[in-house]
Amino acid sequence: MRASRQVSQRIAFGLISLAALVVVIPIFYIIGYIVVQSAGAVSWTFLSEMPRDGMKAGGVLPAIVGTLLLTLGTAIIAVPIGVGGAIYLSEYAKDTWVTRAIRIAIINLAGIPSVVYGLFGLGLFVIFLNFGTSILAGSLTLGIMTLPVIISTSEEALRAVPQSFRLVSNSLGGTRWQTIRRVVLPQALPGIITGIILGIERAAGETAPILFTAAAFFLPRLPASLFDQTMALPYHLYVISTQVPGMPISIQYGTALVLLLFVLSMNLLATLIRRHYRKQRVW
Amino acid sequence: MDRPEAKLEIRDLTVRYADGTESLQRFSLDIYANQINVLFGPSGGGKSTLLRTLNRLNDLANVEKQSGSIQLDGEEILSPDCDVIQLRRRLSIVFARPVPLPMSIYDNVVYGLRLAGVRDKATLDATVKRALVQAVLWDEVGDRLTESAYALSGGQQQRLCLARSLALRPEVIMLDEPTSGLDPISTLKVEQTLRELKEAYTVILVPHSVQQAARMADWAAFFLQGELVEWDTGHRIFTNPSERRTEEYITGRFG
Repeated sequence: MRASRQVSQRIAFGLISLAALVVVIPIFYIIGYIVVQSAGAVSWTFLSEMPRDGMKAGGVLPAIVGTLLLTLGTAIIAVPIGVGGAIYLSEYAKDTWVTRAIRIAIINLAGIPSVVYGLFGLGLFVIFLNFGTSILAGSLTLGIMTLPVIISTSEEALRAVPQSFRLVSNSLGGTRWQTIRRVVLPQALPGIITGIILGIERAAGETAPILFTAAAFFLPRLPASLFDQTMALPYHLYVISTQVPGMPISIQYGTALVLLLFVLSMNLLATLIRRHYRKQRVW
Repeated sequence: MDRPEAKLEIRDLTVRYADGTESLQRFSLDIYANQINVLFGPSGGGKSTLLRTLNRLNDLANVEKQSGSIQLDGEEILSPDCDVIQLRRRLSIVFARPVPLPMSIYDNVVYGLRLAGVRDKATLDATVKRALVQAVLWDEVGDRLTESAYALSGGQQQRLCLARSLALRPEVIMLDEPTSGLDPISTLKVEQTLRELKEAYTVILVPHSVQQAARMADWAAFFLQGELVEWDTGHRIFTNPSERRTEEYITGRFG
């Protein structure tokens, strides 16, 4: 009896450990593989120079700049609307059919494939609003795609703030907005920031939404205005991996490494912020 | 015996929540100025509901029905014209579980004043000292006002919450079982404070035990399931109540 219990315990432990290992292996494998394949392609010149010789030499500067601009544009559009919407849902909205409809819309928005967002952006921003294939149209498209992530994580962070804080603030003569600004928002901020970074990080790595709305195959210069097309890391990676014959492997993997580092560093930042504030939290 | 001046006149107040819980039925009661007005009785009697109706905190709850009248110095509280924010500064509440806001001791005490738009540093400093002295907390925290309010013990936190209410110079101070989580020494301090406060304030106390009710009451109202059974001076209620249900409750027959 005892022996069989110990055996089943060992088997269960073994299987669970294996599952954990299976999760970890691909991450190290992917990063390791990319680092090895890029074979030292990533250097200061790679980061700071324009592509040369049909992108087969030189650097990826315009793609880096493009991705930074698109990420910034996404944040400028998605953060105020997303956080504002979350504050409305968590602090103001009563449970009516309108509120429920909004929630269902958000859940569904999160489930739409990114290429559909791309097509939507093409129809609305590029063609109908006549922004052209531009940083503006791409940022708007990515911004809308990011909204559901920011709204749901922000709302969760706001709801985690104890109800008793709101009651106390109200009982001391606080209006709803004073209560939000002085107590609720500061306490929810770390969670909100984490959600924002994770949402925007996802947008930074997307290819499909910018495919029709912002991305250029190759540009010999940096974008000069919001209405310019731009190169971007994910799309550049797609281009040099599939569209250009005779492309050196190391440049492909070098580009992948830059994109990966960009996204991972945002991830790290989110983790650090969360850890820093969790230590300070008193409730 | 002469009745003191009524600070609050509650007439035919009916409150019912949407989920059917704790409510008041055609409830009438006077709250006397500069007295300790004790509201007591088994839980679910409507004591907390009454407190939260008096400063309209119930506006935020799921109230299905509310009717009747409450007058504060002759002014109707339940009317839609009533300035609720101003009302909450006049009738301040201290909850059963101390809830310091996640900020420093100093910022907690001046929180209500800052909401009201007070910026002057000297005024804020003076208020912090006065309120903490009144709440018998100054000697313990006067030299560490910038520390987090969560560094304080439970008893100190409750007195901090009292100080936070007193900082607003309310006219009525309402306490909902303020000593339920406290040790006997802290309880004694809070009770002593309340006796001093009634000189300047009207005190409404929901005690956490019958013993505390008897110790503290100038006037006592016995609540049972949303109904006011009896209301008289504390002395009469606890020595010679006229209702059998009151007597049974205070002698521990039920509750």
